[in-house]
Amino acid sequence: MRFNAKINGLKREIECAPGATLLEVLRLMGYKSVKQGCDREGTCGACTVLLDGTPILSCITPAPRVAGREVTTVEALGDPSRPHPIQAAFVNAGAVQCGYCTPGMLLSTKALLDRNKKPTDEQIATALSGNLCRCTGYVKIVEAVRNAAAALTEEQKP
Amino acid sequence: MTAPQKLNVVGTSVAKIDSMGMACGLEQYVADYDTTGALIGYVVPSPHAHARIKKIDATRARAIPGVHAVLTWEDVPRIVHTTAGQGFVEPSAYDSFVLDKKVRFVGDRVALVAADTREIAEEAGRALDIEWEVLEPVLDPDKAMEPGAPVIHDEPEAHMPIPVPYDAKKNMAASASMGVGDIDAVLKGSHLARKQVYSTHYAQHCPIEPHVCMGYLDPRDRLTLVSSTQVPFHARRITAQALGIPVKRVRVIKPRVGGGFGTKQEVLLEQMVGALVLATRRKVLMQFTRAEEFLSRTRHPIKVTIEGGFNKDGTITGVRMTALSNTGAYGSHGLTVMCNCGSKVLPLYRMKTVAFDATAVYTNLPVGGAYRGYGATQAAFAMESFLDEVAHEMGIDPVEMRRINHILPGEGSPVFAALGEGKPGVEQKIGSSGLAECLTQGAEAIGWHRRKEPKAPGAKKRGFGMCALMQGSSIPDIDMAAVSMKMNDDGSFNLAAGATDLGTGSDTILAQIAAEVLGIETSDIIVTSSDTDLTPFDVGAYASSTTYLSGEAARRAATTVAEQIKKVASEMLESHPAPETIELRNKAAFGPDGSSVTLGQIALRSLYESKQHQISSVESAISKKSPPPFSAHFVEVEVDTETGYVKLLKYVTMLDCGTAINPKLAEGQVEGAVVNGISFAMTEEYIFDEKGRMRNTGFADYKILSTADMPEMVTRLIPTWEETGPFGAKSVSEIGINGACPAIANAIFDAVGVRIRHAPFTPEKVLAAIQAAKQA
Ligand code: FES
Ligand code: FES
Repeated sequence: MRFNAKINGLKREIECAPGATLLEVLRLMGYKSVKQGCDREGTCGACTVLLDGTPILSCITPAPRVAGREVTTVEALGDPSRPHPIQAAFVNAGAVQCGYCTPGMLLSTKALLDRNKKPTDEQIATALSGNLCRCTGYVKIVEAVRNAAAALTEEQKP
Repeated sequence: MTAPQKLNVVGTSVAKIDSMGMACGLEQYVADYDTTGALIGYVVPSPHAHARIKKIDATRARAIPGVHAVLTWEDVPRIVHTTAGQGFVEPSAYDSFVLDKKVRFVGDRVALVAADTREIAEEAGRALDIEWEVLEPVLDPDKAMEPGAPVIHDEPEAHMPIPVPYDAKKNMAASASMGVGDIDAVLKGSHLARKQVYSTHYAQHCPIEPHVCMGYLDPRDRLTLVSSTQVPFHARRITAQALGIPVKRVRVIKPRVGGGFGTKQEVLLEQMVGALVLATRRKVLMQFTRAEEFLSRTRHPIKVTIEGGFNKDGTITGVRMTALSNTGAYGSHGLTVMCNCGSKVLPLYRMKTVAFDATAVYTNLPVGGAYRGYGATQAAFAMESFLDEVAHEMGIDPVEMRRINHILPGEGSPVFAALGEGKPGVEQKIGSSGLAECLTQGAEAIGWHRRKEPKAPGAKKRGFGMCALMQGSSIPDIDMAAVSMKMNDDGSFNLAAGATDLGTGSDTILAQIAAEVLGIETSDIIVTSSDTDLTPFDVGAYASSTTYLSGEAARRAATTVAEQIKKVASEMLESHPAPETIELRNKAAFGPDGSSVTLGQIALRSLYESKQHQISSVESAISKKSPPPFSAHFVEVEVDTETGYVKLLKYVTMLDCGTAINPKLAEGQVEGAVVNGISFAMTEEYIFDEKGRMRNTGFADYKILSTADMPEMVTRLIPTWEETGPFGAKSVSEIGINGACPAIANAIFDAVGVRIRHAPFTPEKVLAAIQAAKQA
């Protein structure tokens, strides 16, 4: 199969087997921040990416479904020289331990903060409830999201 | 070491050095390495819990296009070993082979396949022609040692490599006992004596990255394994042993690890990947699926019986602990986990008379292994529930019950010397303890006095529970860690450690310790861990040893380097002060008169100008003690008496880990462990069918906690100073997981008056207990 999609802002032509998942295709293309943590059953959230800004689980998404649309992975948020405020917030809060759940967490956070500038703790918990983390106990992750929201609001002030 | 005046780097929460790379998706885990051309390794799983392979024919499987190797037991050397990633000689039964002609649990290895894809590999597995002799399985640990029970390890090679009781013919994987004083007499003579049985269940670590290993032959024909392991050096040794090749032919590289919690203290994939690489001479990537991960290694289910005697005032006269551990199909960590039931729980309380008897039995069920808490989790549930029961019976406040009995600084315990890992332990006195403070602050934070308030009417009842805990820091007289350092042109340093950061932040902590000694920032230290070709030896990440032991090695390595730096500085400073009068701070060496040279200048002189030499060091640390961290947990719950659902309202953890080298990372360790403990107590459970097959091998049916399930959490570190630790540090990583089971069980009792002695506390179980109590 062959189709076009935007990945992290770049127009890409994608070729894949008809049954290929978006997770497989993205990893083969080198977007290795997209992780796998369950058996393509959509239960861990490690493979979360954004499709036109909405978090989706790439392990249960057939790759061709993204034809003509835009996919965002963590690679697009920022890099160590210019981290995105959400990335900085996770690092500063100590919300990254093994880091395996982190890309998915960051993207779920981005989607949340894009539509809700000042989420309550409960809204944060709901938005991240599909992203399992076995290391942190979530306390510092929720704190990071809170801090990121504050930082983003601050940034947008004139 | 004694407490210094002021610390600059230690005690600050610098960002974890790999966390920005992780947040940007740049850090590499095994599967992120170049996998071009890699074959997929696959383990053909056993459909039977107990069976013999009478005949196995791989002809059809090998003929499938895309299949590059199919290995059966006939194709690999038959070398008995243990998969437990422990120091040599491992205190675990030698009862495993890369492949065997017998299978011992559903999911056990039948054959290995290397193929172009996972689908092809699975097809090859189905194409194996196998003639089975299906044997009766042992599925009940209580019956494993009954006369006439099927023998699980009937192979002649099975043995225990150290002198402890082992009897494969009776399905006994290990036993241990110790005693001080006449426990029966003491119990009989006590004001009050009680006996109670508690049990814990199967559970899996569930690192979000399952086991994964990639292997290939390098241009010099050495087997290189990039592995998600907690124990690179043990993995190298055991892989070489199991494959019958020299250690020098194996290199293990540990990249970023997506969590371990003990399950990656097992050498599981490395020898299988190695066998497939040697057979195909190709790169092989083996990744466990989540379903396979559940059958990799587990927490040993243990039944713990406590008999305790008490004086009128609640002081303990003596305790007997008996443990029956189900080690599953193989004896990995069987002995040591159950020994920890005693050695990490009994010394918490003052007692002159004590007895401990433990047995680990083989069953045809999934295999036990190392899991954060390591026996202490199982036994703390028993001991801390038991004390709560007695406290209630005697009308003593449960907090007070701990206060009048818990060990204090300066005190020892007969258990320390009597019980080690398959041999006597090491005598020690408690140096530092913040437990008294943990109890005070914990009671206050939860509002312990509210326990006395009358219960609200209605179906939902609130209750409070608590417990006290200890663990250790490293295995005394056994563990060893080494760190090497060298100085670079600009006054920065390379630090190489065999210590294994599996997400815990140990790379950062070692850098902080070294930076503190050298008067520099953490960012001036470049950390490499771990690569068996490049970094010095370390036993690896287990037994709560890295901060305490590898941290001490880092402190020593930095101290040696500092001495060399001061010598050069003394030559460079105009007044040539004696080296020992020179101070290192702000990336420079200062003489007593205030004159200084920068570390960069010192480095340039030593490398290029005068008396040239590499400023460098390698230092080792072994432990003589295993100073316990202490902790108190408090929880408030709400039990719905109509549904049995237990809601956690607030969870308070107070913890003394000595000096927290990095408080934020230390808190993160505690919070992660606590939530894992809550998950274990409330929802996690293996469900087996009558044939011994686990039925819920995915997160849809095996529920681990998510953000949606979180109670309000309060975590506080109570600082103490441990003389024997680097900058006063003790361990932090394991202890937090042990408290949820007893604290919550005690809270349920406080709420509704029923005692749940068998974890987990699922709504069905709690409801059944409430209804049974009503009927009684
Ligand atoms: S890999 Fe687990 S949800 Fe996609
Ligand atoms: S940081 Fe390890 S799983 Fe979240």
